[in-house]
Amino acid sequence: MKVLTRFFISFGQQIFSFLYFVGGITSLALQTFYLTFLPPYKKDRIFDQAKKAGFDSLPIVALIAMFIGIIFALQIAYFMQRMGSEIYIASLVALALVRELGPVITALVVAGRVGAAITAELGSMQVTEQIDALETLATNPVKYLVVPRFVALSLMLPLLTLYADIIGIFGSYLICVYKLGISSSMYIHITFDALLYKDIFTGLIKTVFFGMIIAFVSCYEGFNVEGGAEGVGQATTRSVVTSFILIIMCDCFFTAMFYFVFP
Amino acid sequence: MDIQIQGVSKSFGEHRVLNELNLNIDSGATCVIIGRSGCGKSVLLKHIVGILKPDKGKVLVDNKEVARLTEEELNTIRMKIGMVFQGGALFDSMTVGENVGFGLIEHLKIPHRELLERIEESLCLVELCGIGNLMPSELSGGMKKRVSLARALCIKPEVILYDEPTTGVDPITAASINELIKSLHDKLKVTSIVVTHDMVSAYKVADRIAMMYLGKIIAEGTPTEIQASTHPVVHQFINGLAQGPITETLDHDSRIKQ
Repeated sequence: MKVLTRFFISFGQQIFSFLYFVGGITSLALQTFYLTFLPPYKKDRIFDQAKKAGFDSLPIVALIAMFIGIIFALQIAYFMQRMGSEIYIASLVALALVRELGPVITALVVAGRVGAAITAELGSMQVTEQIDALETLATNPVKYLVVPRFVALSLMLPLLTLYADIIGIFGSYLICVYKLGISSSMYIHITFDALLYKDIFTGLIKTVFFGMIIAFVSCYEGFNVEGGAEGVGQATTRSVVTSFILIIMCDCFFTAMFYFVFP
Repeated sequence: MDIQIQGVSKSFGEHRVLNELNLNIDSGATCVIIGRSGCGKSVLLKHIVGILKPDKGKVLVDNKEVARLTEEELNTIRMKIGMVFQGGALFDSMTVGENVGFGLIEHLKIPHRELLERIEESLCLVELCGIGNLMPSELSGGMKKRVSLARALCIKPEVILYDEPTTGVDPITAASINELIKSLHDKLKVTSIVVTHDMVSAYKVADRIAMMYLGKIIAEGTPTEIQASTHPVVHQFINGLAQGPITETLDHDSRIKQ
């Protein structure tokens, strides 16, 4: 009986803390949307964040996208060679990368690299009272800290994804042309043939939302840090895990929507 | 600007930090709030600048209720209040100069040259001339505290709130901070609230001392009145005795919990 009671109490607490999280993050998102369009606009701060989130992520995104392209080409080649239709590797790789792998892999890399950094930075500011100090200097912390990160991430993620798509296709091109003996012009021709504008568009539109997820989750977790260095560590872990889960869920939603509603 | 705190209560979870607390601070006076660490002194200061909102009661600054102001009105009041944080709370991504001038850079469009002059002037007031280009990580704890004070002074405030200004600094720096608090009071007629448990500093700077215990103000008066107080809790605290009602209540509480 006691075990059962304890189970229900802890279950209730979990639901309560989940609702608290949903409420908190929704409120942060609404405030951010409102404050984004409220002057004054500080372009330097957005530019600074865009550099941190976008430009500085270029090497790691390139490395991972290149490997994904190579691995994917090899895995598909394994099956396609049995069927005797290696020529379709190009179109399959292009579609998979542009519609799915590019956006999700880029978002996960950025969540791990940039989201974690944002939570750790804002979390340290919270525990050293810097966020309170901002408020006493008549500066809204959401306007000052969240808005630039939100704008930068929602603009930079689509660009990074486009970049990852190109590099990934290039990785697959290297394998196909230099290892599997497909001619270069043939590969390029088939890739462009397979891709429709719709594929590129559906791949990129969802990354705007992935960017927002990363910004809101990482800032929310940073603002709600309690208890010093240990708290910062826990919040950073929570921020990355939550971002990963929400990105995958959001991706599932968009894929289903594009498949059923706008086929 | 005078400050009135009327029946303010605040709880964090089960823990009641402020319990119907009343306190009035007259314009131009220096009020020192003493009490044990963790008794809610900093929480009280955060209610005055509106970072925290009371569960019950009101905080009036300049006869305006802080919790009911719009963001714009609140910001106008905040630009007249400088706060010196316990650990400095300097923005570590900016230089000392940018930290000190933050309020001016964000809110007042003043020419660059005048801005630099104001920053240097504030830094010199705390005897740290010419360190504007250093980063906060290059400063010692005592220097951070003084830079934090310079940041509060730079907006030319009418009220300054000090959160343990002399804790963790060497006696000489502590004495110079005390001198500074006194001279700001004498020269600029700034209203000051100093939260501390450093009794030397309290006697030196205070017009009035208020003792906070279990979320209430249990005694208030001039330094001489407080020194002569027969209240057992005040007596134990100001004389720093290990035995007395404060420690006995704690023992009693922990025995009940067991």
